[in-house]
Amino acid sequence: MVPLLVGLALAVIAQLFLAPQLNAYDAGLVLNVGINIILAVSLTIVNGFTGQFSIGHAGFLAVGGYVAGAITYYTSIAIWGNAETHGGLLSSQSLNADTPVWYLARGDVLFAVAVLSGGIVAAGVGYLVGLPSLRLRGDYLAIVTLGFGEIVRVLIQQTSPTAKPQILRLADHPLDGQLVYRWTERTPEGLKTIYTAVDDTSPLRLVTRLGGSLGFADTPDYTSFFWVTLAVVITLVVAFRVKYSTFGRAFLSIREDEIASEAMGVDTTKYKVRAFVLAAFFAGVAGGLYAHFKSMNPNEIGFARSFDFVIMVVLGGLGSISGATIAAIIVTLLPEWLRFLEDYRMIIWSLALILMMIFRPSGLLGVREVWDLWLKPAGKKPAGPGSGGAVGRSDPPAQSPAAASGGTP
Amino acid sequence: MDQLLQALKDSITVGSLYALIALGYTMVYGILKFINFAHSDIVVIGALFSAVAAGAIVRLLNLPAGEAPPWWVGLLVLVSAMALCAGVAFLVERLAYRPLRGAPRLNCLITAIGVSLFLQNTGNQQVLFGTDPHRIPDLIANADPLFMIGQVKFRPLDGVIVGTAVGLMFVLNWLVFHSSAGRAMRAVSHDHRVASLMGINVNRIISMTFVIGAALAAAGGFLYALRYTTLTQPADTPWALLGLKAFVAAVVGGIGNIRGAVLGALIIASVENFGAAYLDSGLTDVYVFAILILVLLVRPGGLLGSAAIEKV
Repeated sequence: MVPLLVGLALAVIAQLFLAPQLNAYDAGLVLNVGINIILAVSLTIVNGFTGQFSIGHAGFLAVGGYVAGAITYYTSIAIWGNAETHGGLLSSQSLNADTPVWYLARGDVLFAVAVLSGGIVAAGVGYLVGLPSLRLRGDYLAIVTLGFGEIVRVLIQQTSPTAKPQILRLADHPLDGQLVYRWTERTPEGLKTIYTAVDDTSPLRLVTRLGGSLGFADTPDYTSFFWVTLAVVITLVVAFRVKYSTFGRAFLSIREDEIASEAMGVDTTKYKVRAFVLAAFFAGVAGGLYAHFKSMNPNEIGFARSFDFVIMVVLGGLGSISGATIAAIIVTLLPEWLRFLEDYRMIIWSLALILMMIFRPSGLLGVREVWDLWLKPAGKKPAGPGSGGAVGRSDPPAQSPAAASGGTP
Repeated sequence: MDQLLQALKDSITVGSLYALIALGYTMVYGILKFINFAHSDIVVIGALFSAVAAGAIVRLLNLPAGEAPPWWVGLLVLVSAMALCAGVAFLVERLAYRPLRGAPRLNCLITAIGVSLFLQNTGNQQVLFGTDPHRIPDLIANADPLFMIGQVKFRPLDGVIVGTAVGLMFVLNWLVFHSSAGRAMRAVSHDHRVASLMGINVNRIISMTFVIGAALAAAGGFLYALRYTTLTQPADTPWALLGLKAFVAAVVGGIGNIRGAVLGALIIASVENFGAAYLDSGLTDVYVFAILILVLLVRPGGLLGSAAIEKV
């Protein structure tokens, strides 16, 4: 409970004192870093703790983001007639004169409910994706998660592209009080606003309008320093509590040796599914935050995005929460810092990735956390994660990778 | 009836394209147990190089408008694309993958992603392929169909694609199952420690596998360029999706199994084309991945793959 209260205080401080100090670009970067930390740490639960191999994490992000975005967008329209932000002081991205005095307003309640629902739906999907781990292991499980992520992306792409219906409030217009689409058209007399009635107002049909391949824009911007800090703190606390609990020891034992842990009485299937559900929940929450900060776009939630998160987890060190956090910060900021290289930016970044894997295969921290660096005397080599332990790099394949991670799939 | 025949024809042409690419995935996986995510970028290099080289040769020949270049132009482009991609794959294996032999597989995966990003973004540079779409000139007189059944036209291009693919597969079949290098390859795939005890140079065999896979991928890229003519920049999503589908084909057929890759490619192409013809054409990718998940759940090793026995 104490860490959560500290987190709450931190979140309020970040919102009220840090946020006004930053310009829009830096603030956006910080929010992005926070969201990526949540995603990297949640993926650590599956890939790092449990040693499973999920490369479809962006799929959960998409599910959570679209669910949360659709809830706030369409509920806002139903309640207020528009999709503007109706939050208080703690959910404003920029503090200006007309910001309400209340810290939390009705819009914030809606937002919190939406983000949580996004997380819960994503967790449900995570349960479904985790189930095949009954039969599949290693690479094959990875392929299934990859396939899942792509299916989510294509399905979203196929949703109806027309978004942004709103209730018309124009007393002299024939469609007053109805749900309409609005757009502007260039005519010889100048710009003209055109309204057309939404053909079917059944809520179920409306909810399938998620922007299709154009992306789901215009969700109200609720994501602020307060919410992101709070979510990051909760994610970190949960991850640490899991790691150092019996529950988490079961995850770790599956990573180290699945057969041995089964012999010790760990229900491996159940724990693998639990890891998936937990990771998917937080990824869904991160998606909800992302949807109310930038717009969701199916082109950005493909497997390339999932790979970003895998890179964060491996760079940080498999199973290290603080490592994943640091890696998330680096992976988000480094391409921005390298911007002065212009065209060569991504080439340098990819080379850095390859060299990192060759010269420091266990990631930044290995299985350790940041503070272990001080507690353990230097020079003493820590044991790597189960599959990444003794690595004979000089001689030709000393051990097949399949055998190294406990049995061929 | 026409619709059925058309879908069948497309399945076979597209399927043979996928098969060429899938073979590279499956051979590398069979030997290193590692998903080579950079393979699709080799295909891209093959396709874009074919477009650029064919364009240059056709311009050099200065043909009158509307006339197809002589037959050897296509062959020359194909062979040089295969050689180029084989060289690239050799360097990639030597410099990026070999230092990681025996490392955990997540590291290999990330290295593969790094290589993939590197190839994409290097290819995107203006000195190489740039970001503008490329167009391959017509290398084959394709206007008149060879023959027609009902309304379905069988064009020379379809014949060239299927013929090239089948020819290369026969060469590969001979190479893997009837040559001493192929026997060494199968031995390494079976157990590389014992293979190295038998005097097989494992590293050389692995290099060879990468080179052969890349040459086939280049041929796939060349044929893809002939069929779809307009090619977008190397970092574009359709390329990644093409590679992903070929990979799915390899998995469906049983990854590590060469004949399985061909079977899987035909299945994936059929699912795509028949799904587009008879169901919703917007959801072809969903069908592909749904089939993948279904096959893996029913037969975790793929259709022709052998289920591994777990030893404690």
